[in-house]
Amino acid sequence: MYIIVVGGGKVGYHLAKALVAEGHEVLVLERDRGKCEVIAEELGSVVVQGDGCEVATLAEVGAARADLVIAVTGDDEDNLVVCQVAKLKFSAPRTIARINDPRNELIFKKLGIDETVSSTKLIMEHIQSELPSHPLIHLLDFRSYGLEIVEFKLSHDAAAVGKRLRDLQLPPSSIVPLVISKTRGAIVPTGDTLLEEDDEIIAVTKAETEEALRAQLMGR
Amino acid sequence: MRVLIMGCGRVGAALATMLDKDGHRVTILDLNPNQFRRLPPDFGGTSVVGNGIDQDTLRRAGIESVDAFATVTQGDNRNLMAAQIAKHIFNVPKVVCRIYDPIREEIYRSLGLETVSPTIVMSNLLKEVLERQE
Repeated sequence: MYIIVVGGGKVGYHLAKALVAEGHEVLVLERDRGKCEVIAEELGSVVVQGDGCEVATLAEVGAARADLVIAVTGDDEDNLVVCQVAKLKFSAPRTIARINDPRNELIFKKLGIDETVSSTKLIMEHIQSELPSHPLIHLLDFRSYGLEIVEFKLSHDAAAVGKRLRDLQLPPSSIVPLVISKTRGAIVPTGDTLLEEDDEIIAVTKAETEEALRAQLMGR
Repeated sequence: MRVLIMGCGRVGAALATMLDKDGHRVTILDLNPNQFRRLPPDFGGTSVVGNGIDQDTLRRAGIESVDAFATVTQGDNRNLMAAQIAKHIFNVPKVVCRIYDPIREEIYRSLGLETVSPTIVMSNLLKEVLERQE
């Protein structure tokens, strides 16, 4: 794939490095000459100094044949315009925008950006997952399908402790494909699987039934 | 009419002053409170400090009840994002956006945004003056 990465900061650099290692044809657009030099030195000639919001710059680096344009600058407005210009002017088949302010996620969606990654939100979620006060952890969202993968850790007073999976009234469209137990390891559960304290339960659920699922597993 | 202007540079301040003189209810927004010094002492409108691509700031500046919104900051992309938020999220009836880059202006105009490119306006004006027969 030919992938254009706009923004050569930390995210852009590491992303480009990973994509190059996977064998993709990668081009990084970065305004700052110093950052360009660092990337060129470490990753070779995969970087062009220029403004990725400028149509002329994008044309110069062959945006018209890019399979994917990823905008990862630190400014949401720039990431938005990069993706919109790539789509409208170069008919880029796929664009991904990094979002710095999580509140902009909805705006980007409404303005037609296919995919967004909110770095702030991801960091927050990771930190929350380390906090004991959060029994439910979001692992992955499949927003376009309204599905999410969540993890529950069963505390000693959780409603599901001591029950078999089949005895729980799981909401429709929720399934439990994996249970990670301290004593028994990772289990692909059946209806017979007994749930114990400290088990980590990985569930796939619709966003709207998340609360009902939580109530079944945790009680209340 | 009620107008919200984003960016209190030379153009923003002049526009706000003109609209205020004509009796419109003007609110002007800028990241830097020092910029409001450009407004005349008898300016009757409201000034709000904040970032215009932040929905909460826009709400605070009253975007939900304005008739018109103009973005005139130095940054094309900031103007474009704010204008699109005003148009598509807050459904402001009249939105106008300054874009220096003529190419970007063309792209977003074709997308239905009302835009003004000072680059093109000025070039046309200067050309006209230069070619005028004395």
